Amino acid sequence: MQRFANPARFMRLSGAILPWCAGATALLLAVGLYLALLVAPPDYQQGEAVRIMFVHVPAAWMASFVYAILALSSAVALIWRHPLADIAAQSAAPLGAGFTLLCLVTGSLWGEPMWGTWWVWDARLTSVLVLFFLYLGYIALVNAFDEPVRGARAGAILALVGVVNLPIIKFSVDWWNTLHQPASVFRIGGPTIAASMLWPLLIMALGFTLLFITLLLIRMRTALLAAKIRALRMAEVERAAESAVLRHRAAS
Amino acid sequence: MSGLDGFLAMGGYAVFVWPAYAAALIVLGGLAAWSISGYRRAQRELERLQRTVPGARRP
Repeated sequence: MQRFANPARFMRLSGAILPWCAGATALLLAVGLYLALLVAPPDYQQGEAVRIMFVHVPAAWMASFVYAILALSSAVALIWRHPLADIAAQSAAPLGAGFTLLCLVTGSLWGEPMWGTWWVWDARLTSVLVLFFLYLGYIALVNAFDEPVRGARAGAILALVGVVNLPIIKFSVDWWNTLHQPASVFRIGGPTIAASMLWPLLIMALGFTLLFITLLLIRMRTALLAAKIRALRMAEVERAAESAVLRHRAAS
Repeated sequence: MSGLDGFLAMGGYAVFVWPAYAAALIVLGGLAAWSISGYRRAQRELERLQRTVPGARRP
């Protein structure tokens, strides 16, 4: 890890893999959409409405996965004071919030025809809504301080406290009686979902994951460029002040 | 009902299926557009500063 920690090395490495990640994202999402909309069969109970699953489930997986990344980066930032860890966490947060929002919206659009309601306050839905607010809270907290370092520390602590929500989301369907169905892919005993639906689902999920990696790298690179820009502006201001002093001395 | 009409009708679930895919396009496309435009802006700004601030042209 330490070898990739150096920002200059990160810029080099991420610059090299970025085009490949972007290309793989486009390919996977194109194939995934084709399989999801045209190849996968309609469900024997749900009919064509089941196609919402190919967006909803990958979005839900990403919502939790990105939070795990956010929490892990925050832990690294707090323990080792790693310069890239805070940048990774802050770059991941809006992406995670986006996936969570997408999960909630598509879940609602799936719930209405299948359950007869857009929303219920059951354990799964409520814990995912809490996840969404954790993301928003993290983003707000990081930006609430004049000193970026203090904002980053406060945000990192919130991110770590929020980790308790991840197992609650995962096991909510087992611990409580919920309207939401239990796990059908990542479960003991293997997936219960037909292969003709599992493949499109996994390819969409991989596409979402690569999209996240691509955008995370882009956002981290942007943050490092912004740091360089701040340093240059500072130098510019200092030089302007110096030359003003010199001019003043020459005049007097 | 067949072909494109049948596909668009989504077995009567069109009003739920298509908004779900549209939401994916808006949210994920929006995140991508926002991230990429911020990146390009930072690249342009850095180039401008490196042209105007002497001694900045170091990698």
